[in-house]
Amino acid sequence: MARAVTTQHKTIATTAAWIVALLIFFPILYTIITSFKSEQEAIQGFALIPSGTTESYAEVQAQSGYFKFFLNSVILSVGSTVLALLIAVPAAWSMAFSPTKRTKDILMWMLSTKMMPAVAVLFPIYLIFRDTGLLDSRIGLTVMLMLINLPIVVWMLYTYFREIPGEILEAARMDGASLWNEIIYVLTPMAVPGIASTMLLNIILAWNEAFWTIRLTTTDAAPLTAFISSFSSPQGLFWAKLSAASTLAIAPILIMGWFSQKQLVRGLTFGAVK
Amino acid sequence: MGNITLKNVSKSFGSTTIIPNIDLNIEDGEFVVFVGPSGCGKSTLLRLIAGLEDTSGGTISIDGRDVTQEAPAKRKLAMVFQSYALYPHMTVAKNIAFPLKMAGEDQATIDKKVKDAARVLNLTNYLERRPGQLSGGQRQRVAIGRAIVRQPSAFLFDEPLSNLDAALRGTMRLEISELHHQLKTTMIYVTHDQVEAMTMADKIVVLNAGNIEQVGSPMELYRTPKNLFVAGFIGSPKMNLIEGAPADKYGAKTIGIRPEHINISTTAGDWKATVGVAEHLGSDTFLHVQTDGIGTINVRADGEVAVKHGDTVYLTPDKTKLHRFGADGKALAQ
Repeated sequence: MARAVTTQHKTIATTAAWIVALLIFFPILYTIITSFKSEQEAIQGFALIPSGTTESYAEVQAQSGYFKFFLNSVILSVGSTVLALLIAVPAAWSMAFSPTKRTKDILMWMLSTKMMPAVAVLFPIYLIFRDTGLLDSRIGLTVMLMLINLPIVVWMLYTYFREIPGEILEAARMDGASLWNEIIYVLTPMAVPGIASTMLLNIILAWNEAFWTIRLTTTDAAPLTAFISSFSSPQGLFWAKLSAASTLAIAPILIMGWFSQKQLVRGLTFGAVK
Repeated sequence: MGNITLKNVSKSFGSTTIIPNIDLNIEDGEFVVFVGPSGCGKSTLLRLIAGLEDTSGGTISIDGRDVTQEAPAKRKLAMVFQSYALYPHMTVAKNIAFPLKMAGEDQATIDKKVKDAARVLNLTNYLERRPGQLSGGQRQRVAIGRAIVRQPSAFLFDEPLSNLDAALRGTMRLEISELHHQLKTTMIYVTHDQVEAMTMADKIVVLNAGNIEQVGSPMELYRTPKNLFVAGFIGSPKMNLIEGAPADKYGAKTIGIRPEHINISTTAGDWKATVGVAEHLGSDTFLHVQTDGIGTINVRADGEVAVKHGDTVYLTPDKTKLHRFGADGKALAQ
């Protein structure tokens, strides 16, 4: 009896989870469906079965040159992530292993910068970028994306490093390991999963960042978010092309996310339960 | 060699003094147990010897060499931690091999020593497993294995058995004692469990609030505790400490009598008492009795004593085993 009830509960919970997942995923799914429609079909109204044409993809590529935007997205997201890790790893490390009275305050302060609406600093940052010649430059935007995500990267790494028991490091010291050996043989292997999932999440966040990437670029440094937005304004009625552009923009990150979901989920829930 | 000498060693964290001032000499090959209640500074003292904490004052010497300022790695000591502190990403073999690798030994020597250690510790079948796939006892054995392969001048154990269940604790206790007999290397062992201290030690150091209360062999501490703290801490069940008129009779502020040194009779004796709880273990009988004008007294009798809750009994302390303490808590001459 108890088992029957459990099975029934499980079925209901699974069905509910699928429904919620589909609801969340539906806008992306519908974008993909629409991208395989002709413009005629796309404006006719709701339909789940497309004709399967790839004309929108061909036109989008012919008009805008997808690969330039794709390359910029890769450079910006990977570049800003590497830069963020270079700064965040030592920062999180020292806060996790040599905390002071102020460590918690510093962490809270860093997080508080994420509470401010981005638009509040749009003008000062735009002016700084303009005056320093960083507008539409990959370097400027890489630094910008790094700064935006740095608090989250530090927090995630801090949480990971805190999980490494101090006694293990002491054991290594007792076993005769020099600081360098301690880092190579003990610390790094234990921290790699944490650093990897932080890196993956940060790449996704940087890839999807649209507020600054659209506002601080025009052509040279424009990533895929700008690629989509370039279709939405002058050609707003061409839904199929817009969908094709969106699909092309999200496809790489969806594929990456799919293959690394195990790492990601571990990263997002790490430390939640002991 | 593993002679360890502490001179005027002190440790403070900010304005809090953990260890005020300690002098201690540990002979080569001795099994020394630091025992005391939680927060008495015994683990801190061990960590000072290990070099994991810096001293605030005094010197620590190993075999006559001042190591006070030396890094843990250079002190040639091995430590077994309470949490085992195994490297989770390495196999058992690699965990045991790690200190040898750090010492720059060649692979053939490493393999041989790891195999030897695994054989001694019954770990041969688990060498390719990771710590996560082992039981608590096996993990502790790996930690010990990692310590013995280096052939250190002394082993430091920081409450190594407190994460194990009672049965396993008993077995591991024997294994560690056996290991000490085999290796004949100095061992310093920290515990809050006085039974572990009594059964394993050559020498016990009783600590309280960072001070050494008494140093001696288990039997010395049992027979002649220097003060009330040691008297109450060493021995299981605890010594009965009695104040008031019965103590005055012996010219002391407090008298102490161990539960096993009280004679019990149903007909006559010094103190009349009523049995509260009687624990019959077959080999022993433990009685918790309410004694007129004294309070609760614990009595331990050999074998079976046929009394039960509510019975009236008469207690007579063995006068030759009675301990007398003055107003300052120090033992008076017997």
